[in-house]
Amino acid sequence: MTLDLFLQHLTNGISLGSLYALIAIGYTMVYGILRLINFAHGDIFMMSVYFAFFGVATFGMPWYAAFLLAILLTGALGILVERTAYKPIREAPKISILISAIGASFLLENLATVIFGGRPKTFPQIELFTKMVDVGAVRIQMLTFMIPVITVALLIGLLYLINHTKSGMAMRAVSKDIETARLMGIDVNRTISFTFGIGSMLAAVGGIMWGLKFPSILPLMGVIPGLKCFIAAVIGGIGNIKGAVYGGFILGVGEIMLIAFLPELTGYRDAFAFILLIVILLFRPTGIMGEKISEKV
Amino acid sequence: MLKIDNLTVAYGGIEALKGISLEVEEGKIVTLVGANGAGKSTTLRSVVGLTKPKTGTITYMGMNLLVMKTQEMVRNGITLVPEGRRVFPNLTVLENLKIGAFYRNDEKNIKEDMEWVYSLFPRLKERTWQLSGTLSGGEQQMLAVGRALMSRPKLMMMDEPSLGLAPLIIKDIFNIIKEVNKQGVTILLIEQNANAALHIADKGYVMETGRITMAGSGKELLANPEVKKAYLGDTAHK
Repeated sequence: MTLDLFLQHLTNGISLGSLYALIAIGYTMVYGILRLINFAHGDIFMMSVYFAFFGVATFGMPWYAAFLLAILLTGALGILVERTAYKPIREAPKISILISAIGASFLLENLATVIFGGRPKTFPQIELFTKMVDVGAVRIQMLTFMIPVITVALLIGLLYLINHTKSGMAMRAVSKDIETARLMGIDVNRTISFTFGIGSMLAAVGGIMWGLKFPSILPLMGVIPGLKCFIAAVIGGIGNIKGAVYGGFILGVGEIMLIAFLPELTGYRDAFAFILLIVILLFRPTGIMGEKISEKV
Repeated sequence: MLKIDNLTVAYGGIEALKGISLEVEEGKIVTLVGANGAGKSTTLRSVVGLTKPKTGTITYMGMNLLVMKTQEMVRNGITLVPEGRRVFPNLTVLENLKIGAFYRNDEKNIKEDMEWVYSLFPRLKERTWQLSGTLSGGEQQMLAVGRALMSRPKLMMMDEPSLGLAPLIIKDIFNIIKEVNKQGVTILLIEQNANAALHIADKGYVMETGRITMAGSGKELLANPEVKKAYLGDTAHK
C-alpha cells in the first residue's frame, strides 16, 4: 500500500470516527448524569437526518437554515423523549428505565416508518460539502475534511461548557449526587433536560453530516450507528466525554483500516465493532478512560 | 423560626418518626441528640423535603415547608450540611464553594463570603484547586460547612458533623459552629456526640426510637442523670 493510499484511508477513518464521536458523546453524557443507556439515541440521530431532509427537500429552505432548524428540533426531541419516557419513572428500578428506553427507540423507528415511509430517500447534496478536493495525491470530498474540524470545534465548546460554566458545574454536580445538588438549589430536572438537549443536538450535527456523506436515508438507519457509538462510548469509558471521542476515533479508523488492509473481510465491518466491545469488556470493562465504578451505598 | 409539629414518617410499614414536635428559635443553637437509628436524620430530611412525611406540619418563618421544593429551600435561607459531608468529589474545592452559592447572582457579595469562609477554614484556601474527593475527612467536613455558608443561610442544619473525625478536628468544627451562630445564623444540630453538642447548645432535645423523650436547655440536659447515663458515657450510676 502506498503512503498516499494510506493517507486517503486514514482521512476517511478520521472522518467516520468523528461522526461516531459526536453520537457517542450523547450516550456518555446521559449515562454520566442518569446511569442510563439512552437506547433511543440512535433513533434521535435518525430523526435529525429526516428533519434536515424535509427542511431542504420538501420546504425548500436554504441548507444552513434547514440544518440549524433540524439541530434545534432534534434537541427538543431529545428533551421530549426524556420528559415522557424517562422522567416519570426516574425513581423506578433500573430495569424499568432500560425497557422504557428500548420502547422509546422502537416507537421512534416505527413512527418514522409510518410517517416518512420505509423506502430510502436521498439526502440533498450540497455543492459546498460534496465537491472533491485534491490535497497532494489524496483526492477526497470537502466534507471529509470538514467533519473532523467541526467535531473538534464542537468538542472544545462542549468541554468549555461543562468545565467552565455554571450550567456545566450543575451537570457535574447532578452526575455525582442528585439529592445534594437539589439542596444547593440546582434545578435537577432542568439540568437533566439540558443534558439530553445538548447530547441530541450533537447527534443532529453528526446526523446531518452523515446524511451528506451517506445520502441514502432510512427510518432504521440509526440502529447500527447507534449501537456502534454506544460501543465507542463503552470503549472510551462510559460517562467520560473525552473517552467517547477516543472510542469513536478508534472505531472509525479501525473499521476503515480493516477494510483497507483486509478487503476480504469487508462483510465483517460491523462485526469488528462488536468484537472490539467483547475484548474491551473482557480485559478492561471500565474502558480506556473510565474510572472505577463504585456502587452508591 | 422552624416549628415541627406532630411529625410522622414511615418507611414502608416501619414508623421512623412517631409524632415528634420541636421548635427552633431564631438566633439559637438547638441540638437533637440520640443514638443511631433514633430518627434524627429522618427529621432533617423531612424538613428539606427529601423524605415525605405521613402526617404533621413543618413551618419555617410562617411558610409551609411540606409544599416547598427542595431546590427552593436554599433561596429561603435554609441549608443542610448532610450526613457524610456529601461534597462533590469531582469538583474542586473552589467549585464546591461556588456551587453553595449557586442560586445567587450577586458576584461581589459571593466574593466576600468566599473570603469569610476561607478565613474560617484557612485549610480550604490552601486546597482551592484540589478535587474535593482527595481531601481528608476533616477537610471535607470543613468544605461541607463552607459550602453551606456560601448560600448565606438563615438556618443551617447539620447532620452529624463530628462523625468519623478526630477529637481535635471536632473541637475546631464546634468552635466554628459557635462562631457562625454569633454571626446570626440559627443552627439546628444533630449529633450522636451528645456531650459536644449539648455543651454549645442553647436548647436540646433527646430522641429515642422515633420519639422525643426529653427537652431542656443544654446545661439542664448535661446535668440530667438519665442523659448522663445513656449518652454521656457516665458510668458512675451503674
